[in-house]
Amino acid sequence: MTAHKTLEVGGLEPPTEYHPSVWQREREAYRRRQTFRSFVIATISTAVVGVTLVLVITGSPGWERVKQTFFNAEVALDALPAVAEGLWLNLRLLVGCAIGALTVGLLTALARTLRGPVFFPLRALATLYTYGFRGAPLIIVLYLLVFGVPGLRLSGTPSVLVLGGIALVITYGAYLAEVFRAGIESIHPSQVAAARSLGLTYRQTMRHVVLPQAIRRVSPPLLNDMVALQKDVGLISLAGPIDAIRAAQIETAQSYNFTPYVVAGVLFILLAIPLIAVTDWVTLRAARRQSAEGAR
Amino acid sequence: MTTSEPISPTTPRSDPGPGDRPDADDFSGLVLRCRGIRKSFRGNLVLRDLDLDVAEHDVVVLIGASGSGKSTLLRCVNLLEPIDDGTIHLDGEHITAPQVNPDRVRQRIGMVFQAFNLFPHMTVLENITLAPERVHKVPRATAREKAMALLKRVGLADKAHEYPDRLSGGQQQRVAIVRTLINSPRLLLLDEVTSALDPELVGEVLTMIRDLKNEGMTMVIATHEMGFARQVADRVCFLEGGRILEQGPPEQVLGDPVEARTRRFLQRIIEAGRLS
Repeated sequence: MTAHKTLEVGGLEPPTEYHPSVWQREREAYRRRQTFRSFVIATISTAVVGVTLVLVITGSPGWERVKQTFFNAEVALDALPAVAEGLWLNLRLLVGCAIGALTVGLLTALARTLRGPVFFPLRALATLYTYGFRGAPLIIVLYLLVFGVPGLRLSGTPSVLVLGGIALVITYGAYLAEVFRAGIESIHPSQVAAARSLGLTYRQTMRHVVLPQAIRRVSPPLLNDMVALQKDVGLISLAGPIDAIRAAQIETAQSYNFTPYVVAGVLFILLAIPLIAVTDWVTLRAARRQSAEGAR
Repeated sequence: MTTSEPISPTTPRSDPGPGDRPDADDFSGLVLRCRGIRKSFRGNLVLRDLDLDVAEHDVVVLIGASGSGKSTLLRCVNLLEPIDDGTIHLDGEHITAPQVNPDRVRQRIGMVFQAFNLFPHMTVLENITLAPERVHKVPRATAREKAMALLKRVGLADKAHEYPDRLSGGQQQRVAIVRTLINSPRLLLLDEVTSALDPELVGEVLTMIRDLKNEGMTMVIATHEMGFARQVADRVCFLEGGRILEQGPPEQVLGDPVEARTRRFLQRIIEAGRLS
């Protein structure tokens, strides 16, 4: 038999040429056939679903009107500059709020992990904050800050934009604090014991041993929250500043056509894609790292 | 209680410690002296009234069943666990006095753990230079140089830039030992450092510890390797019920124990095939 023969060839002789056995070749051929079959089935089913959807939608009685109101190329081109300018505001606000919320979240998480009676007020405050602002609806926080604070008529009150940004930062900071805390607590106590036994202080242990590992571990959920923040930044338009959605609303009011909203939506998606791609990549990398750690 | 200022290792005996024992102020040649150590976890008394002296260049091996308090004792000495009563002196300094800064004490004690506890996000070299750079404020270049010299001595220089998860268990444990040696500790605590290793990797770690003994390192070792204990120990202590039941030269404690319970423990070890 051939199978037997290849076994003999590959036997205990020092590096001879490798020939896969009959069984191995058969397994590979089988797998190739299976892959091809799956590919064909997937292609056909995708095509069927796609064509059906297109036929149903374009064949519907109201399609012409919907196309006119939502997918009007002319209106889209007209609206694009204004909407894009609004999006620039979203982008700047996003970067500012992301930095702010990450900072607030990390500091709050650290405050919650402090032990010892001296830190009780700080710990209590941090706990109260995460409880309160994870529960409070963002819109209400936004309204309170944007309309309430200027109502105090204090001198030096920041602009509505800054106040809205603060509302986003404190709301998201509360969520991120919990993500950071979960990361910190997921680091095994033996890591802390090893660091302290080397003479590192609590602060040095946090800075050099616990936090780097914790942040690496929670970066997928953190980035996910950034994607969510990117969308919620648009809520600031409720307070007045003209962001992408507000710009689309103004355009719509002028043309009685909803296409500007679609333009804004597409721009938001385009803006999110890089961030989502980074999130996926980081998640994948983290998963690989974890499995490497597990295999150890 | 007497007061305790941070005393350098060169000025022992300036702090007499608690005066409730006849040998209270005799620290001559002692690196470590534990008196009346008591420690419980949630009502479970792990150490009761334990005394232990370790002279300079001494290698003391702690044996005893799991849960007999070997690890707890080591963690207490390193101030990783607060003791419930008793006193610990390091080089004559009372390190369990209330106002002592534990971080300063730990700088002088090295500890190696069963599970290596290397920092997985740092390379071997970074693991080793972390404490010298951050705690002892050694310039980076000097720390790296010293680390490389130590790594070369234990045959791991080619692994300096690897991450710990690329190393075998034995290599990781040797790195962990180097990580603490670089701080020139006065006392080295080894907590079952070969228990997590595959049998064929135990030897390389034990060889390294034997070399340390020959260089005069003062060590307290908790282990289940009786053959190793016999070779390396100046004194073997058998822990049972939270105190040292029997101690003496290895030939005596391991070969001809006085206490019936020591004999029973060794009998069980022999039956498990762990006594070489």
